Amino acid sequence: MSDGARETGNGEKPGTQSRPGLPVYPPPAAMPPPDPLEPQPEVLDFRALALRRADERGGRPWRSLEELANTPEFSAMLHRDENAVALDPSGVDRRDLFKYLGASFALAGLTACTRQPTEKIVPYVRQPEEIIPGGHPLTYATAMTLGGTATGLLIESHQGRPTKAEGNPLHPASLGASDVFSQASLYGLYDPDRSQTLLYLEEIRPWPAFLGAIHAAIEAERAGRGAGLRLLTETVCSPTLARQIQELLKALPEAKWVQWEPAGRHNAREGARLAFGEYVEAIPHFDRADVIVSLDADFLSSGPAFLRATRDFSSRRRVGADGAGLNRLYAVESTPANTGAKADHRLPLRAGEVEGFARQLAAAVGLGEAGAAGVGPSAPERVKFVAALAEDLAKHRGRSLIVAGDGQPPAVHALAHAMNAALGNVGATVEFAAPPEAQPSDQLADLSALASDMDAGRVRTLLILGGNPVFTAPADFRFGERLQKVGLRIHLSPHVDETSVACHWHIPEAHFLESWSDARAFDGTASIVQPLIAPLYGGRSAHEVLAATSTEPERSGYDVVRDTWRPFLGGADFEAAWRRALHDGVIPGTASVSKNVTARAVPAPAPAAPPASGGLEVIFRPDPMIHDGRFANNGWLQELPKPLTKLTWDNAAIVSPATAGRHSLAKEDVVRLTVGGRSVDAAVWIEPGHADDSVTVHFGYGRTRAGKFGTGAGFNAYAIRASGALWIAAGGQIVKTGATHPLACTQMHQNMEGRDIVRAANVADFVRDPQFAHRLTKSPEDGETMYPTYPSDTHAWAMAIDLNQCVGCNACVVACQAENNIPVVGKDQVRRGREMHWLRIDHYYGGEPANPQHYLQPVPCMHCEKAPCELVCPVEATVHSAEGLNDMVYNRCVGTRYCSNNCPYKVRRFNFYHYSTQFRAPSLQMLTNPDVTVRWRGVMEKCTYCVQRINRVKIDSEIGNRTIRDGEITTACAQACPANAIVFGDLSDPASRVAQMRKDPRTYALLEELGTRPRTTYLAQVRNPNPALPEPVRRDWPTSFREETGQL
Amino acid sequence: MQIFHRSTNTISRVSLFGAVFFIGILLWLFYDLEASPWTTQQNVARNQPLQFSHAHHAGAIGIDCRYCHTSVEKAAFAGIPPTKTCMNCHSQIWAQSPYLEPVRASYRTGESLQWNRVHDLPDFVYFNHAIHVNKGVGCETCHGRVDQMPLMWQAAPLQMAWCLECHRNPEKYLRPKDKVFTMGFLPAEDQLTMGRRLRKEYGLRSEALLTTCSTCHR
Repeated sequence: MSDGARETGNGEKPGTQSRPGLPVYPPPAAMPPPDPLEPQPEVLDFRALALRRADERGGRPWRSLEELANTPEFSAMLHRDENAVALDPSGVDRRDLFKYLGASFALAGLTACTRQPTEKIVPYVRQPEEIIPGGHPLTYATAMTLGGTATGLLIESHQGRPTKAEGNPLHPASLGASDVFSQASLYGLYDPDRSQTLLYLEEIRPWPAFLGAIHAAIEAERAGRGAGLRLLTETVCSPTLARQIQELLKALPEAKWVQWEPAGRHNAREGARLAFGEYVEAIPHFDRADVIVSLDADFLSSGPAFLRATRDFSSRRRVGADGAGLNRLYAVESTPANTGAKADHRLPLRAGEVEGFARQLAAAVGLGEAGAAGVGPSAPERVKFVAALAEDLAKHRGRSLIVAGDGQPPAVHALAHAMNAALGNVGATVEFAAPPEAQPSDQLADLSALASDMDAGRVRTLLILGGNPVFTAPADFRFGERLQKVGLRIHLSPHVDETSVACHWHIPEAHFLESWSDARAFDGTASIVQPLIAPLYGGRSAHEVLAATSTEPERSGYDVVRDTWRPFLGGADFEAAWRRALHDGVIPGTASVSKNVTARAVPAPAPAAPPASGGLEVIFRPDPMIHDGRFANNGWLQELPKPLTKLTWDNAAIVSPATAGRHSLAKEDVVRLTVGGRSVDAAVWIEPGHADDSVTVHFGYGRTRAGKFGTGAGFNAYAIRASGALWIAAGGQIVKTGATHPLACTQMHQNMEGRDIVRAANVADFVRDPQFAHRLTKSPEDGETMYPTYPSDTHAWAMAIDLNQCVGCNACVVACQAENNIPVVGKDQVRRGREMHWLRIDHYYGGEPANPQHYLQPVPCMHCEKAPCELVCPVEATVHSAEGLNDMVYNRCVGTRYCSNNCPYKVRRFNFYHYSTQFRAPSLQMLTNPDVTVRWRGVMEKCTYCVQRINRVKIDSEIGNRTIRDGEITTACAQACPANAIVFGDLSDPASRVAQMRKDPRTYALLEELGTRPRTTYLAQVRNPNPALPEPVRRDWPTSFREETGQL
Repeated sequence: MQIFHRSTNTISRVSLFGAVFFIGILLWLFYDLEASPWTTQQNVARNQPLQFSHAHHAGAIGIDCRYCHTSVEKAAFAGIPPTKTCMNCHSQIWAQSPYLEPVRASYRTGESLQWNRVHDLPDFVYFNHAIHVNKGVGCETCHGRVDQMPLMWQAAPLQMAWCLECHRNPEKYLRPKDKVFTMGFLPAEDQLTMGRRLRKEYGLRSEALLTTCSTCHR
């Protein structure tokens, strides 16, 4: 109990706590001593400190700049236990505390004396043939569209209630994997803040009233052949929607169709046109490339098919004993992201310098005319980098791949295409095909034309089908203001958002799980988007709204979609082919055929931009979790720690440690960021590895009309995003306002105190010493244990996680949340370290803060064979199962939290409040997985290895009198993983994949020396650096350990 | 000097013993109440919106359990028949009976009949009918002589101790698979001998596994 005062957690300053959302839980009684979570006034010179400390630490990894600097505040926080109770030393003394404890313990017993209230059983009147209550859920194939491409999904449905998304193994963009957006789409479906009624000037209207209005407007447009009609959509990849729009444009040829995707791939599109004279889609084959160069491209977590890219990329990160087969990734990167974290060589460059780098590289690989003319002199290490890289590329002609990022100007894309052509990669590692978009266009130019048309009063009717242009359009378009000059404004959207309130009509949009549609994947493969549930709030799809513009009788989305595919799927056999397409989730024969295109000459360098007079460069990026802002009200995504920064519930102005030092910035300082005459107040985050003199802002936050979670969270980066500098703006100014804004970062939560947690080696060291991961620690002699033994003749469930494959995409975390009814706790609780995710992704840095290596490690429960948590539970609420699971029995748990205290891996989560009340919202009730208990306040919980899935398959196999096949049981995290990094199975079957993986020499267990014998084991990371390019600062890490421990 | 009266000795002895016994009695009372039908509702016939008699349908007429409880062999939930199942017969017989008006009303309007749940396990217990039925646990073993119940009641306490009694010693209760749906089954041989044989034959898991927490709780 004396430790209780360590955790204070009561850090909110009055007025700074603006977190909307979850019920605000009462704070502890009074202000405790200084809070380690609070921003520290002192500004640290991390660079100097780090260089000194990096030497002292012998290359050992670190988790935060504060740890590296080893400040006293840091040590205080390190010794904090998230699950310790927040005690106030001035209020309750020890004696009183025990009195209350005793009384509550006695009273707690009485709660057992309840009789259950009578429940009702409500059977069907006519039971649908396939639905068996209490039986297996049904699964339907559908597809989710984001940013103009689709990902195929399989959705689990419990008695008509969709509860969980998985990837569709038959779909080329998924191959069975899923991402955070598709996993969290279920939360979006049941979001209680979704718009529920059709509104005209914020008053409820029936659908026929809208039909009357739209018919009148369209009729009025006929006279001018539609000259006053504009259609604004997001990027359309639905053949049906495109067909409907074309039909409308045929009837009203003067009308215009504009597409606007704020996080769209405008540069990639224009880059292709620059290189080939036409819009083509580059289809990279990461699995065929030995050397990959990323020019500020985060291809592992964004882009049209990043799941596929991750699968292909990580298939080449499996390493045999000879170290062969590993690919090599070079990343030139401004903002640290997953791709840079996985890179063997990472060069931090300001986003604006990447083009210069690309030109240097192009010249070095033999594209003389691309020349580095106009590129100023560069640092010697960069020259060396380019030379080594060019040499490596030349050695791997036809087996290399250069990709450019969506935030880079078209010229960089054109250069990448030219280099790929020069290196003989076209047709080998990259192919070209027709774009999946229905109508590729210069969206920015189109939107600009629309804005000026609106301003000139040339637009009488504007139909906005999806998207939130008032919020997302470039600031200089003054879209919201000009929109007011349009005579009739109609907006279809899932929420009443910033655009809805600026329009006359708001139509609630049906979720993709509520409506019929179709969509193309990155390679053109089409899928039918199939609804799983009738619209919860009578929402309409874009198809239905467009159908309403025609003079034909009203048609349902189902009919419209079937009309599109009837000619393609054949006449007589249409029904069979249609059912097949629905069942499979893909329509055969729709993938685009690869196209032969020839790269033109590389464009001459743009006139050298005047050096940005000492100003900062501002980089705009979509938020990694809430994307362009559309998921702002999605609690799962808001609370998901963003890759690398581990921030939740907020965006931030992200700068490098050196830049922070130059401007005397500390984390959580509020700064006024000014660029192009516009400014916004943002909280600062310091991220090691960020390019210097550059600041990254993620757009999507700062919503004013998003809902309970989204409204007011973060700052609006769109406010300073202008059309002339959509992605990179030069000449930014940063001024401290003196205020601070608390940020909820999980990077230092659930800390394992700097023990040797992640292990990595360079491939040469690995080949020399395949057992390197074992040299670091010594596990106790076998048999030496005080713990009881358990039967060994049954299944032995185990998990293996390959750190070489993991790219830290977070899909596993949110898949676990969806599968296991894990609640969202809110920013305030996250700041106290109480996030409930059963699975976390730990992130370690290695080397110096200017350009560290990153190590990512998913940490679920270890399911120790000798579990320390079990022995300390006074009520046997956590016990060992006969199959080696570390069971958690919620109804026994009395919340002593001893187990968490004794868990060396810090994987246990405690329900400090009744978080699960959120599932009582009528719509969110439908989200819960009926196979998993919804936990009560005061109960400990943790990863169960998805025991509900294990039991389901076990029962099936016993009834069918058969054995369980390897891979038949998979956990939610393993199923979602695009990198195939997580493998679950039965250790007692020597042929199982998990048993095979455990034999890999790279296998190690976390904190093996404690003798806990974890069932979850890791495969150490092996990097494949270019021998010609010594890593700048990092010393060989395992070697240094060997030196330290004197082994080998 | 005598501060306390002599009787204090007796009083203190009595109160010491009394305390022990009093607390003991309280605990015993508490334990007994918790396990009593007053708490468990064992043997309490429940009222239902419709006077449906298992004694008549299963007993007198001899309809198989699975005619109505269709998913008992393949799902966790045995299944409560949809109104359609009732109407299979009652559109022909007793088609005009005033007793059956709620059934016809349900069929007409599409509104479900709402039955009062008789066997109600806590929400943190995941019981699966299919595996029990497929491993030779008879309906009667848990539900009692349903064929003799005019209104349904709960024949067993449904408390964890009762579950564990069988999970520890399944041989005491197992019966041949073809007798699972039989009411009033009497084994031709000694139950224990048969039970042990069936346990082996049906491949029941070890006691350790059958009594593991996550077998029922998750």
